[in-house]
Amino acid sequence: MPKSRSTPKLTRRTALAGLSASAAMLAMPRLGRAADETIRIGFPTPLTGPFAAEARDQVKCAELAVKLVNDKGGIGGRKVELLVRDDKLNAGEAATRTLELIEKDKVHAVVGALSSAVQLAVNEVTRARGVIYVSISQSDTINEAKDFSKYTFHEALNPHMTTSAVARQTLKKGMKVAHLVADYAYGHEMLRGFKRAQAAIGADNVGEILHPFGAADYSTFMPRLMSMRPDVLCISNFGRDQANAIKQAVDFGVKQQMKIVVPVILHNQRLAVGPDVFEGVVGGANYYWGLETQNKTAADFNAAFKAANGGAIPTDYGAYGYSGVGSLLAAMQTAGGTETDKVVDALEKLQYDLTKGPQHFRKCDHQSVQSVLVLESKKKSAMATDNDLFAIVANDSGSDEMLRSCSELGHAT
Amino acid sequence: MTSPSSGEAVAKPASGSLSWLLEQRVLMSVAVLAVLPWLLPSQALAVNVLIYGVVVMGYNLLFGYTGLLSFGQAAFFGAGAYFTGIAIGRYGVPWFLAVAIAVLLSTCLAAAIGIVSTRTRGIYFAMVTLALAQLVYYVALQASSFTGGENGLRGFTVDRISLFGLSVNFLDPVNKYYVLMALAALAMWFQSRILNSPFGAVIEAIRENEQRARACGYNVERSKLIVFMLSGAISSLGGCMLALHLSIVPLDILHYQTSGMIVMMVLLGGARSFFGPFVGAATFLILEDVISVWTPHWQIFVGAIFVLFVLFLPKGIWGTLLDTLGIGKARR
Amino acid sequence: MDLSLIIMQLLSGIALGAVLVITALGLTIVFGMLGVVNFAHGALFMIGAYAGLYVASLTGSFWWGLLLAPILIGVFGMLIEFVLIRRLYGRSIDDPLLLTFGLSYILVEGVRIVFGSDGIPFPTPPQLVGVLDLGIGFFPRYRLFVIALVAVVLLVLWLTLEKTRIGLIVRAGARDPVIMQVLGVDIGRVWLAIFGLGVGLAALGGVLAGPMRSVNPEMGSLVLAEAFVVTVIGGLGSIVGAVVAGLMVGVSISLVALFAPEMATIVMFALMAVVLLIRPQGLFGVRGRTA
Repeated sequence: MPKSRSTPKLTRRTALAGLSASAAMLAMPRLGRAADETIRIGFPTPLTGPFAAEARDQVKCAELAVKLVNDKGGIGGRKVELLVRDDKLNAGEAATRTLELIEKDKVHAVVGALSSAVQLAVNEVTRARGVIYVSISQSDTINEAKDFSKYTFHEALNPHMTTSAVARQTLKKGMKVAHLVADYAYGHEMLRGFKRAQAAIGADNVGEILHPFGAADYSTFMPRLMSMRPDVLCISNFGRDQANAIKQAVDFGVKQQMKIVVPVILHNQRLAVGPDVFEGVVGGANYYWGLETQNKTAADFNAAFKAANGGAIPTDYGAYGYSGVGSLLAAMQTAGGTETDKVVDALEKLQYDLTKGPQHFRKCDHQSVQSVLVLESKKKSAMATDNDLFAIVANDSGSDEMLRSCSELGHAT
Repeated sequence: MTSPSSGEAVAKPASGSLSWLLEQRVLMSVAVLAVLPWLLPSQALAVNVLIYGVVVMGYNLLFGYTGLLSFGQAAFFGAGAYFTGIAIGRYGVPWFLAVAIAVLLSTCLAAAIGIVSTRTRGIYFAMVTLALAQLVYYVALQASSFTGGENGLRGFTVDRISLFGLSVNFLDPVNKYYVLMALAALAMWFQSRILNSPFGAVIEAIRENEQRARACGYNVERSKLIVFMLSGAISSLGGCMLALHLSIVPLDILHYQTSGMIVMMVLLGGARSFFGPFVGAATFLILEDVISVWTPHWQIFVGAIFVLFVLFLPKGIWGTLLDTLGIGKARR
Repeated sequence: MDLSLIIMQLLSGIALGAVLVITALGLTIVFGMLGVVNFAHGALFMIGAYAGLYVASLTGSFWWGLLLAPILIGVFGMLIEFVLIRRLYGRSIDDPLLLTFGLSYILVEGVRIVFGSDGIPFPTPPQLVGVLDLGIGFFPRYRLFVIALVAVVLLVLWLTLEKTRIGLIVRAGARDPVIMQVLGVDIGRVWLAIFGLGVGLAALGGVLAGPMRSVNPEMGSLVLAEAFVVTVIGGLGSIVGAVVAGLMVGVSISLVALFAPEMATIVMFALMAVVLLIRPQGLFGVRGRTA
C-alpha cells in the first residue's frame, strides 16, 4: 500500500560493495555523504494487526511531514524519502525490519513503533549500531538509564506524564480509588503513576486488581471491584484490553457507582466501542483535533492534514507520526545534513512547535517535554459531528516537572 | 519399509555422481546455505531462513520422521532464545557457553512437556502440546523479572564473537550470517546422525505402524519421549541463533501462532525430507516478504497456498521434487 | 471475604463457563462424529459475531442476528465440509486439522478485508441492558440471559440426540460408519449436517460473546485455545465432558480471579495438565480412541 515501499532496488553487485563499506562504517562515526543523495528515514509501523488503523494514520502524518519539507526544497537540497515497513506489532519482526533498513536500505534515521515492546526492540538494534531513532510509542522503561541510547529520542508521552495529568483532574483529597491493571510492564508503569499522583493529592487506595495481559473477559473481576466501593476506578491497560474492560465494567453497572478513568483514551478505540460505553470516561491524550479552537498550531496541522487526505482529521497516534518525523527533519535542517553526531546535538537543542504548542527534548533521557491533554468522552446526544468525540477537560502545558527526575531514572546529573 | 536397509534397497539408483552428492546431504545443504545471502533480496531474510530452517528441521524429526503432529514447537524455539539471552545478559556467560546451556535447559523443558504429552496419541497430542506451549507463553509473560515480560528480553547485545583466539565483528551482517551458518551446520550434522542411527529406524517404524513397532519389542513410549527431546533440542538451537541475531527476544516467539508457522513451513517444504525444512522456511518467508510489499493482506494468500498444499501437494515442494526426480527416501 | 461476594463470583464463573461450553461443544461434536479437529473453529466463532452484527444492523434487531447468524454460518460450514474437508477422509487424521488451520488464516484476513481490522461496536440488545438486583449484588441481565440460552440449547441438543430417530442415526454413525452405509444410510449427508451443526454452534458462541466483548478479527484466536483446553479436559468427543469441563474452567478462572487475579489465564492450562496426568483421555473421554 504505501508508495514509499518501492525503494530504488539496489543491484546485487552494488549491494555487495555496500556491505563491505558498511562493515567499515559501523566501526567509526558516520561521515557526511554526497550532498545530492536522498535522505532516507525508516518507518516501522504495525500495518497489520489490531493497531492497523493507528498505523495508517501514522504513515499519513509522517508522509505529510516529509512532503512539507520536500515542497520547500528538501534539506540542503536533498530530498527526503520515507521507507515504511510493516512491523506486524511484533518485536522480532520490528528488529528484523530495522536491521534490513539499516543494512540494506542504509537509512539515515529510524522513526516509529507503536508498542512498548516494539519500541524497545528497535531501540536495541539502533543503539548497537549508532543510528538515530525517534520513538513514538509510550513507555516509562525506555526513559530509564538501562535502556538509554545517546541516539534515541522519545517523542511520545509516557505513562508517568499521562497518569499524573489525568489524576489531577479527576481525584480529590479523601476520594476512594480502585485500580484494575494489566499485569505487564506498561500496566505496572501506569499503576505506579496513578498511585504516586493519588498519594500527592491525598486520595485513598481501596484496592488494586491485576488482570492477565490480553484477557478477553473481565467479568470475574467486577464483583470484587464493586465490593471495594470506590469513587473512582482507574483502568490501567491499553487498546482492546481497555475497550473490553470498560465495556464489561459498564455492563456490571460500574458507572452508576463510580467514575471510570484511564491513562490514555484512544480515538480509534472510542470509535470501535461506541459512545454509550465510553460516555463520561476521562483519559489522557497527546493530541485531539478539537484543540484547533484554542491552539493555532493545531489548527494549521489539521488544515494541512485535511488538504492532503481529502478532509479527514488527524488522530492522536497520527500526530506522533507527524511530530516524530517533523522534529527529526527540523534537526537535520539545523545540522545541515545527516551527520549523526551533529543531528543528535541539534535534536538536544531543538525547540519545536509542530502540532500543539512548544516542545523540546530533555537532555538526560531525551524525553520530549510537551503538553498533556485530558479528555472526557462525550455522550451521543452531545456530539456535533461523528468526529466530535471528546470534550477537552484540561490542557497542561509542558514542563520538566511533569517528568520523573533524571536522578530517579538513573542518569548522571 | 521400516528400517533404513529396506529404504536403501527401495531407492531407485540415480546417476552415480548425483547419487553420491545427494548422500552428502549435510555438505550439500551447507553449500546451498552458503550462497543464500546472494540469492535472496536481503541479508535479513537469509538469516531468517537459516534460523527458521533449523527450528523446522528439529520439528521435522518429530512430525515428519516420527509422525507426531505437535502444535507446541514454539516453546522450545522460545526457550532456546530466552535461555541464551538470560545467560548472556544476566549472568555474563560467554556466548558459546550460553548457547550450550540454553540447549541443555530447553531439552529439559522438552522432557517435562514430553512426559505429559507423549502419553497421549493422535489429535490429542496436537492439542495437548498446543495448550502446554501456551502455558509456557503465560509463564514467560508473568516471570517478567527474568524474561522482560511483554516488553521482551533485552540487554544482551553480542557485538563480537570470539572463539579459539579468533574474533570477528558480529554486527557486520556477513560475519553474522556465517557464524550462524556454522551453528546451523552443526545442527544438520546432528540431525543426520540421528536419522542414520538405529534410533532413526525405530522412530520411522513407530510412524509406519505403532502397534507393530511395539510388537517388535521397541519401547515406543520411551522412544517418543526421546525424539520429543531431541526435536526440542534442535529447535532450541534455532532459538539461540535468533537471540544472537536480533539481540532481543520477543515474547511472541512463544505464542502458538509461531508453532503454527513452523507447521506451515514444514508442510510447504516437505515433511520427512532432510532439506525440506529449509525450502519450506525460505518459501514461507519469501512469500510473506514479497506479498506484503503490495498488500497488507498477505495472510490470505499464505493461507490459501497452504490449503492447496494440504489438498494437492502433501509432500511439499522438496518432497515432490525428489519424488519426481525418482530419488529414494534414504537419500533425502 | 463475605459469602455474597463468593456467590457473585461463582455466578460470573458460570456465565463465563456458558460461553466456553457452547464453543467447545461444536468442536467436540465434530470430532466425536467425524474424527476431525476443526482448527478454524475460532475463526468461525469470530465470523459468527460479525454475521450476527451484520444481520442485526440490517434488520435492526439483535434477535434476528442471534437466530440467523448461526444458521447462515452453519450453511457456510457445510460448504466447507463439502468442498474441502470431504476430500481428506481416508487420508491421515492430521490432514483436516492442517487444512482448517490454513483456512483460519483465510477467514480472518477475509474479515479484515471486508470489515476492516478495527473492532466494531456490538450493542447489547435494549431489553437486556443493565443489571438485575439479586439481593446480594448486581448482575448484568445479558449474562443471565446467556446462561439461560445455553441451558436451553443444551437441552434441545440432548433431546435430539437421545430421543429422536435422527439422533439415533448420528450416534450409530459415530460408532460405526461402515455398518450404517450397509444399512442404507447416506453417511455423507450425516457428516455434512454434523459439521454444519458444529460450525453453527461456534457462530452462536460468537454472536453471544459479541455484546460482552469487542468484536474484532482476532477475537477467535484466544477462544480457540480455550475451547481446546475445555475439550481436552472433558474428553474429546464427549458432549457431557464439554459441559462439565466448560463450567469447571469458568468457575476455576472466576475463583482464582478472586484470590490471585493475575493467574486467571494460567489456571485453565494448569488444570488441563493435572487432568492429563491423572486421566490422559480426559474426564469423560473413551480410552483407546484418542489417548
